[in-house]
Order: sequence, then structure tokens, then C-alpha cells
Amino acid sequence: MADPASFADLTMPYMSSLYSGALRMTRNPSDAEDLVQETYLRAYRGFKGFREGTNLKAWLYKILTNTFINQYRAKRRRPEQVDLDDLEDFYLYKRLGGHAAVEATRTAESDVLDALPDAEVKDALESLPDAFRIAVILADIEGFSYKEIAEITEVPIGTVMSRIHRGRKQLQKRLWNYARERNLAPDTTANSPIR
Amino acid sequence: MDCDQAIHRVYEYLDGELTVWRRKAIARHLDECPPCAQGFTFEIELRQVIVSKCREEVPSDLRRRIADALGLA
Repeated sequence: MADPASFADLTMPYMSSLYSGALRMTRNPSDAEDLVQETYLRAYRGFKGFREGTNLKAWLYKILTNTFINQYRAKRRRPEQVDLDDLEDFYLYKRLGGHAAVEATRTAESDVLDALPDAEVKDALESLPDAFRIAVILADIEGFSYKEIAEITEVPIGTVMSRIHRGRKQLQKRLWNYARERNLAPDTTANSPIR
Repeated sequence: MDCDQAIHRVYEYLDGELTVWRRKAIARHLDECPPCAQGFTFEIELRQVIVSKCREEVPSDLRRRIADALGLA
């Protein structure tokens, strides 16, 4: 077994990233803390299985993701909806007035996003079904490559790609709904100028 | 390369998952097509907004719990 102090030196810098990921996966701080603690214990016990020079963050995320899937998902009574519709490309951008809109400026579209409260962006991400949520967290929040995500989640790269792409568009749809509820979005039903 | 072909590969492009050849073809299209370029920029900004709004502080007692569990306390 590894020396605890050197294990800690190597792995502690990833705690903040692992905790954020855990919180988006479990959707609740107490479960997220338990998940991260369990991840560290399993990582420590399995540390001799880690090959130096390979990606430590990806290795830790693999333990985190497997633990989440096996422990937290198993608790759920009903299996989750397993697929998502493939929405159009540029889903949110088009609805915020981009592309075709004559007067659209990028600044205004970004302003809409900035105006959304953190809690609603988190909710939108957390509302995605597990497999899609995990893929989007690993890609967008943690910046893993498709290949790394395929290794972490143990699914083929084509499946990873499809989950990331569909998950992102579905996330855009949910953000769009929040923007509309808050009247942040341009009124696309009227013929009046957008701004 | 037309707009639909470029937009269809927006995620692979931004994720750095395309071959050099495809990547260059899209980059050329974006140079010539400001509306597509704006859409691509929007996708980049959207991701930055999501990342910045999903940041979390690690609770201090979690650090302590893990240090305890590893026998470091």
C-alpha cells in the first residue's frame, strides 16, 4: 500500500474537481461528500494498480464514476429514461436570436446566459439523465477527451460522442426554458424587433 | 464545406476531436462565414458560462474526513 502522505500529496489537488463532479452526479451535498470520501478510500486501497505516468485525474474519475453508478444509482427504484431526442444543432443560439436574426449581437446572447442564476444552470445540468449527465460533466466541466471518457465510463467512443452531443443539446433546451421563465429570452412569437 | 456540414461538426471541432484535414476545412468555412463563426463562438462562451456557474467549494470538513480516513490526522 502507498504511503498515505505521498498518496495525499498526489491526489488532494483533485479534490475540488472530484467534489464538483460528485455534486452534479448525486445532486446533493451529503451524498457528494460520501462519494468523494469513498473514492479516496478506494483509490488509496487500489493505488498500486495505478501506473505512474498515466492520467491520475482520469483514474480517480473512473473510481468516482463507477462508485456512483454502482452505489447511488442502485438505490433508485425506477430505472431512468435511457435515451434523449437528438435536438437540432445550435439549439440555444438560434432561439436566443442568433444566426438568422438581423440585429443579433453576440454580447446580448452571452448576457442572457450570464443573467441566469448559478442554481438554475446547476439544476439544468443535474436534470439530465445519468449517462448523459456524466458524459457532459466529464467533457465540459472536467475537459476530458472522448477517449478518456470512453475509458472512464467503459463504453465505446461512439456512444460517448452521442451522449455528449445529445446531453449538451438537451442542456441547452433546459437552459432555454429557464431563460424564458425569467423573461430573459427574446420573444420569438411576436414579429416585433428583438431588441 | 457548407454551413450545415460545419455546424453539424461543431462539437467535434470545439472538442479537438477532428482530423487535421476536417479541422482545417471547418476553420476555412468559419473564416468565410461570420454567422457560423458567431454560432461557434457562442458555443464556446456557453461552455465557459456553465463551467463558471458550476464551480463548488470543497466543504472543509470533507478535507478533514478524508485526511482522517487516510490516517493523516
